[in-house]
Amino acid sequence: MSPPALLELENLSTHYVSARGTRVVRAVDEVSLRVDAGETLGIVGESGSGKTTLALTILRLLPTAARVTSGKLMFEGEDLLTKSDGEMRRVRGKRIAMILQDPMASLNPLFTIGDQVAEPIRVHEGASRGAAWARAGELLKAVRIPAPQTRLHQHPHEMSGGMRQRIVGAIGISCGPRLLIADEPTTSLDLTIQAQYLSLLRELQRAHGLALIFITHNLGIVARMCDRLAVMYAGRVVEAGPVRDVFKAPVHPYTRALLNSIPRMSDRCQRLTAIDGQPPDLADMPAGCAFAPRCPSVVERCRVAAPPAVTSGDGRTVRCWLAMPGAGATNGGGAA
Amino acid sequence: MALLEAAGVSKHFQGRRGLFRDGGVVRAVDGVSFAIDGGQTLGVVGESGCGKTTTAKLVLGLEQPTGGGIQFEGRDLRALDSAGRRHYRKSVQAVFQDPYASLNPRMRVSAIIAEPLVTGETIAPVEVRQRVLHLLDLVGLPGRSADLFPHEFSGGQRQRIAIARALSSSPKLVVLDEPVSALDVSIRAQILNLLRDLQAQLGLSYLFIAHDLAAVAHMSHTIVVMYLGKVVESGDADTIVRAPRHPYTEALFSAALPSSPDDRRDEIVLSGEVPSPLRPPSGCHFHPRCPHAMARCKAHAPALMPVEGRLVACHLYGANGNSE
Repeated sequence: MSPPALLELENLSTHYVSARGTRVVRAVDEVSLRVDAGETLGIVGESGSGKTTLALTILRLLPTAARVTSGKLMFEGEDLLTKSDGEMRRVRGKRIAMILQDPMASLNPLFTIGDQVAEPIRVHEGASRGAAWARAGELLKAVRIPAPQTRLHQHPHEMSGGMRQRIVGAIGISCGPRLLIADEPTTSLDLTIQAQYLSLLRELQRAHGLALIFITHNLGIVARMCDRLAVMYAGRVVEAGPVRDVFKAPVHPYTRALLNSIPRMSDRCQRLTAIDGQPPDLADMPAGCAFAPRCPSVVERCRVAAPPAVTSGDGRTVRCWLAMPGAGATNGGGAA
Repeated sequence: MALLEAAGVSKHFQGRRGLFRDGGVVRAVDGVSFAIDGGQTLGVVGESGCGKTTTAKLVLGLEQPTGGGIQFEGRDLRALDSAGRRHYRKSVQAVFQDPYASLNPRMRVSAIIAEPLVTGETIAPVEVRQRVLHLLDLVGLPGRSADLFPHEFSGGQRQRIAIARALSSSPKLVVLDEPVSALDVSIRAQILNLLRDLQAQLGLSYLFIAHDLAAVAHMSHTIVVMYLGKVVESGDADTIVRAPRHPYTEALFSAALPSSPDDRRDEIVLSGEVPSPLRPPSGCHFHPRCPHAMARCKAHAPALMPVEGRLVACHLYGANGNSE
């Protein structure tokens, strides 16, 4: 029905295994997702829900304790899981780029901004130093750094947090990637600077036809930025679909609870609907559905077996027994 | 009468002079006035460097103002004798952002919660134990938590312990400095609800500092918006949230993230960054980023004036009409 996806994950699982192999943490468990060219996918989840491990799996940057235990990872028609390290190096930074949360940690304090923005251009495109620096100047201009020629010769400590994050963005787009993964890129920024950065990202996305994966715990960012949304809980995608539909009629009880628990400007005085309990320990997961111990509409079945992912015709996927066809009567969320 | 009233409070830090330092003055808080009534919440909003944490420290007595004064229950803090200061310290307590850093990992929860109690006066151990159990119950933790250590708790539970500690000396005012921003999204609502319940139950006043505007709007009765050490707008929370008037407040609220995709408002994206407090711009500190800046803004700092039921410091609402 649609052209092949830019990125498609099929039942992808990444587990961390302890040194003796006795403890297994299912950080990413049977995740299926797709990202089309030019679209923005938001991945939402709390800390420990596996969203960062998912990003690292896509880039094959996992620590040694992690194993991709199953699944497929198709990018532009190739399975990235079968690629050698050398081949992956030609993908990272060139075809898939990533922006991390803390710009100070992703920039090298000892090198000038010019060196760092030019580096991927020299590595991936074999450009000369002069040509790469000229491109770097243009890139700084594109991310709206004032006086880019001066800034090229400065070091990261001479910039503000917002500027550093824009420079990381410039490095990200330097080789014209098709996919940009942004992991909590605005968490360390102030509100008005965050607004600047989000509008800049959207502009870059339009100008370069980028697909974006936005990893965040902030539903507001998803509401502002994303076309589609995947909600992760304890390593699994519990609900995915178009942002507007999911916000309007969340099906999974976790999504519903999450949306109800955020304070809104419009109704100030209402009591927030809190989610009781806390996320499970990934090394010691409950049997059945991971959300069952906190779920307000839990039924007997939830504690016994984990629900499968069910995709409906309108592009929505839900992992919940109550959303299964035939369970309609008990479903309070109104699955279409 | 307000429980706590700050009148023109300033805190200027003198930078050190040296070979590479010019010894400038940082006006972290510059002539700030606000009042907190009994049982009410004052929300302080602003970006990093606006002086909200210094304001909290001034209220907590951790910093001494270099100008202006703070009155608590009608008495000026500087005029307090040692008994008065002890009373003040018991009446004003704090909950900090990071419950992993604010609880001593070597102390049992009972000792953490009881510390403000036993340092203040001599109480029988049995009575202390009872108070601790009562406080744990108040913040929704089981009594057996008393004998555990902080590492045995999750972030949300630790913040509950921090709240119990703040409440142990029966304060009237609690300073909440970003109390939920270190917590997971699904836990935040629990803590915000708890804080509101405690306020209703105990008649507490809060000074609530957070960068999450929706949370501030949710919690506060009155709001103070700060920019580079100065108040740019203050007043009733409903009034300000519904229709902000200062261009900075407008931009800030438009930068606040929507709660649903259908709620995408007109975004006012400010250019530039928050200037360094060491070298704040002349006149109105906001003028280099302000979409409505006029010649006057560069030269003269506007004073806070009543505009549509709240106070605004902006030349747009000058004495000679709304437009110039």
